[in-house]
Amino acid sequence: MLKVLLSRLGQAALVMLVVSAVSFVMFRYVGDPVATMSRENASVEEKAELRRSLGLDQPLIVQYGRFLGRTLRGDLGISYRNQRPVTELIAERLPATLELVLVATILSLALGIPLGVLCALKPDGAAARLVQALSLVGISTPTFVTGIVLILVFAVSLGWLPSFGRGQVIDLGWWSTGLLTASGLKSLLLPGITLALYQLTLIMRLVRAEMIDVLSSDYIRFAKARGLPKRYIHFRLALRNALMPVITVTGLQIGSLIAFAIVTETVFQWPGMGLLFIQAVSFVDIPVMAAYLLFVGLLFVLINTVVDILYAVVDPRLRARSA
Amino acid sequence: MKTLASSPGFLTRIGAPISVIAAALLALVIVACSILASWIAPYDPTNLASFDLMNAELPPAFTAEGDSRFILGTDNQGRDLLSAMLYGARVSIAIGGGAVLLAATLGVTLGLLAGYFGGRVDALIMRIGDVILSFPTILLALLVSGIARAVFPGAATAEWAPVILICAIAIHEWVQYARTVRAATMVETAKDYVRAAKVIGLPPRRIMLRHILPNVMSPVLVISTINLAAAVLTEATLSFLGVGMPPTYPSLGTLIRIGNEFVFSGIWWIALFPALALVILVLAVNVVGDWLRDRFNPKLRVKR
Amino acid sequence: MNAQQPPVLAIEGLRVEYPLANGTVFTAVENASLVIRPGEIHALVGESGAGKTTIGNTVMGLLEKPGRIAAGTIHIDGRKFDPAKGSAEGVVLGRDVGAVFQDPMTSLNPLFTIESQLTEAMRFHLKLDNAQARARALELLQAVGIPEPQRRLKAYPHQLSGGQRQRVVIAAALSCGPKLVVADEPTTALDVSVQAQILKLLRDLADQRGIGILLVTHNMGVVAQIADRVTIMHRGQVVETGTTEEVLRRPKAVYARALIGAVPRIDARLDRFPVLGEEGKGRAEQARTELRARAERSTQTADDTPILSVENLCVDYNTSGWLPGSKGHRFRAVDGVSFSVRRGEVFGLVGESGCGKTTIANVVSGLVRPTSGQVLYRGRSIAGEGAVRRIGPLRQAIQMIFQDPYSSLNGRMRIGSILSEPILFYRLAGSKAEAESDVARLIEAVGLDAEAAQRFPHAFSGGQRQRLSIARALGARPKLIVCDEPTSSLDVSVQAQILNLLKDLRDATGLTLLLISHDLAVVRQMCDRVAVMRQGNLLEQANAETLFERPQHPYTQELLSLVPTLDRIRGETRAA
Repeated sequence: MLKVLLSRLGQAALVMLVVSAVSFVMFRYVGDPVATMSRENASVEEKAELRRSLGLDQPLIVQYGRFLGRTLRGDLGISYRNQRPVTELIAERLPATLELVLVATILSLALGIPLGVLCALKPDGAAARLVQALSLVGISTPTFVTGIVLILVFAVSLGWLPSFGRGQVIDLGWWSTGLLTASGLKSLLLPGITLALYQLTLIMRLVRAEMIDVLSSDYIRFAKARGLPKRYIHFRLALRNALMPVITVTGLQIGSLIAFAIVTETVFQWPGMGLLFIQAVSFVDIPVMAAYLLFVGLLFVLINTVVDILYAVVDPRLRARSA
Repeated sequence: MKTLASSPGFLTRIGAPISVIAAALLALVIVACSILASWIAPYDPTNLASFDLMNAELPPAFTAEGDSRFILGTDNQGRDLLSAMLYGARVSIAIGGGAVLLAATLGVTLGLLAGYFGGRVDALIMRIGDVILSFPTILLALLVSGIARAVFPGAATAEWAPVILICAIAIHEWVQYARTVRAATMVETAKDYVRAAKVIGLPPRRIMLRHILPNVMSPVLVISTINLAAAVLTEATLSFLGVGMPPTYPSLGTLIRIGNEFVFSGIWWIALFPALALVILVLAVNVVGDWLRDRFNPKLRVKR
Repeated sequence: MNAQQPPVLAIEGLRVEYPLANGTVFTAVENASLVIRPGEIHALVGESGAGKTTIGNTVMGLLEKPGRIAAGTIHIDGRKFDPAKGSAEGVVLGRDVGAVFQDPMTSLNPLFTIESQLTEAMRFHLKLDNAQARARALELLQAVGIPEPQRRLKAYPHQLSGGQRQRVVIAAALSCGPKLVVADEPTTALDVSVQAQILKLLRDLADQRGIGILLVTHNMGVVAQIADRVTIMHRGQVVETGTTEEVLRRPKAVYARALIGAVPRIDARLDRFPVLGEEGKGRAEQARTELRARAERSTQTADDTPILSVENLCVDYNTSGWLPGSKGHRFRAVDGVSFSVRRGEVFGLVGESGCGKTTIANVVSGLVRPTSGQVLYRGRSIAGEGAVRRIGPLRQAIQMIFQDPYSSLNGRMRIGSILSEPILFYRLAGSKAEAESDVARLIEAVGLDAEAAQRFPHAFSGGQRQRLSIARALGARPKLIVCDEPTSSLDVSVQAQILNLLKDLRDATGLTLLLISHDLAVVRQMCDRVAVMRQGNLLEQANAETLFERPQHPYTQELLSLVPTLDRIRGETRAA
């Protein structure tokens, strides 16, 4: 167990180092910070002075070291566009994105797994065929199209639900939540569905494929030959085998959801990190881009590490090998 | 590559159901129309001089206020929507196809090397792939295009947009090819016909190209179909977010982005028709890809 | 035995059909009948495609769709089988009928403990509570001979060896006290010594618990060792049935005689295997004569140096980590093995799986590099210490034929291009046309028609592919051919033909063969000298006759005593 944990943490640290290096290179080389930060008509001496004061004349490795040091202290620089500390900007936007992702994750798992099982158990049934066909439409419809269509129907035509923003939020210390007010929940509905839909189809198709695979395995045949009841075979035995890979994929899915939140947030003008990032990309606001990359990279690595450890706990084959 | 896999004659021979053949035909028609866009489009949407703001935001011809000159209506600049869509589809398909081609070439090559030689070559290629895969396509593509925008400022961005997009999409997709081909190559390399070739003393290059490559191509073709759909979607998403094709040379995604600004004012067609075209194109390709995958390799799954 | 008791299984005139997509019907089993009484082991034997597994599945109600019972009846424990229910009235699958499958590695669910998989059927069928089921599971594990059953209950399948897993599978099949057990190739995936234990266990169950066992197998030796009665099937038809002794000693049907005759004997060496319908010989012999003429021309003056010597060979496999500092595991597959092969002989290398014999084959043919020691070809080192680069004639001299005929030919290439590849690569033909005629002669020499060159591998059967694989090896004009389990994935009658072919080719061209096999009987029939291996070590080498008649090493003696063969038939009083 300890060995798995250590090797996973080592790998995670390595990935973070790579991410921070990319982030540093972006920060340092993409666009000239001196040109961006100095006045229009600054003299050569003034620029050299600024360069020195920013430490840009130091050897590369020293600069990278300082960058890492600053990052660990939570200092990610100042946004070119907003002229505010990037850390502050991200902290402000974080709750909105995480709440959206949480709702979408729950939606996609709660619907995706049962639908996948249904399709695998009765692959020729009418319901399964319908779900299968719809899932193809699902993976063929980009998130933003889903969002636009939902807005057209439920906000513009029917006027039932709001089409942008988070509605009313309540501050719980540094966390602002929309989950506790009616308008907040109403606002969460359309973006949540939009974000969940694509992932839902992926989960459903994965569960279906895994389940079909498992059902044709020797050990399930042997379970049948022992005369065990169908429901027991399907839901107690086969489902557990089929859900093993879903654990890994769910980890990747949460990462995906954070990324696709960029799109959803753009469509619904949802004030989260994604919107912040996409605005930064349009304005070439390098510190914000670099910080977002670092932060999201950290989230992904955390999720993947947790998932891998979880997997090792759940799978007896891995558990025993590392014990 | 994709034309082989999606040509209807080929599909009938191997027993495809009607729905799959219909989808393949539909995809072919859309591709053909977009290739022939300059001949069949009623107007030239790239000629800015031909736009007339008087014609802006006209609804489709079949609605009450429609204008029979513009079947699907016009956009905010008075551009014929149908023509813009035909040209836009061409851009989308070209970028999607380019990305698939680049990803497949890179991925198959690296996958063959990793699978055949194993050891450190393999570990290095696969670790890089792991890191890339732990970031979602869209994020990676955004980063690449974000960096590219900073490197080529201003007008150059628009000029280089297609190349940037192709690279931005391929940087993620090659990993899937590499993984699949690597796994298939390892299976094939362990097979006796490859051992026989080694005993004869054939050089690795020849064994990989002549013996292994033809035997690992069928999953590559299947992945390519599914990835073409995915690449078109990614391109559309990037363009929708405003970091893809510029409005002067729009893809379907750019058109939807433009239309999105008017959705709230009830001008639905500018966003909806390109969106519909996009979904139909991607769906048609996906139907074919999905069936091919089940037909040729039920074990092959898209794990992201 | 027990002739008075009612049968646990009675099959009468069974026909099983598979409707095909094109509207025709494939008949997998036709008019099959058999009867199993309590305590009786009834073997159902036949080659692949005989329909024996289909019968087993039908009895268990596990017939795969769209298969259906078209005619005939099945009675289990006196009660009639209902095809619609997939079982007989009052007979419960898992309680009254137990099943044992071929591969113990995949029969158990990797995510559940042994206890959970043993007890679940008891909880459902016998309505036992957890403690009762557990106690009974413990008894079962003891009964099937698992050491430390208390501890094993908590184990997961991957923590058990293959033999232990198969014991657990058998325990699960027994858990609810079945009257009938269907065992489908229960020992095929196991080594000889483990096979012997499992067979003994099955026999004991029949004798002590009075269970009737339907034993589906292709292995005649297994049948001889434990079956009371035998039914031989061929292409869905029962060709012969009777007591084991009657059927194996005095087969009446032509097919049964051929099948039994093709089983390699371990008690005496025959010149050739008797086979049905030997292929058109004239052309093959002419082609072989031409090969021989060519071989003689290229052979240099005879000398006494062994054609191949393996000296102190060691091979380690590393599973190395990628990051510097991460240590991989090291596994010694071959540990200081030495032997030499004389020109023109057939040298056999035998042992159970994992003994290192295939690794040696790989080193000799240049697929694997040795860790230390060396391999000499006519006195020149070709692998290991002081090895010269293996190119040109040196590479050409040693060729190989492989185990799996379905993967040894590239499915995307025509037979012609596959066979001409070595010829062109070594520049053995001056022109394309010459290469083509060479290929034609090779195909004829292995007993096929020259037009085979135009076709793809999938057009040929397993035995034909193995012939083509041999032709490819011959194409390089080798002096030594390494044969790695050349017949172990073939049916026994095809095996006999291929072994005959190898003998003929050897006689015709004076080739030297290094034969790797786990099958002692095949080795006895084929080899002049034999070496026995275990766990990377060479235990004993001797002339074949000496080794089989007077084995020196205890391991060899044990192996020879455990191999199920036709010379020891159950229920037969052995003639001294």
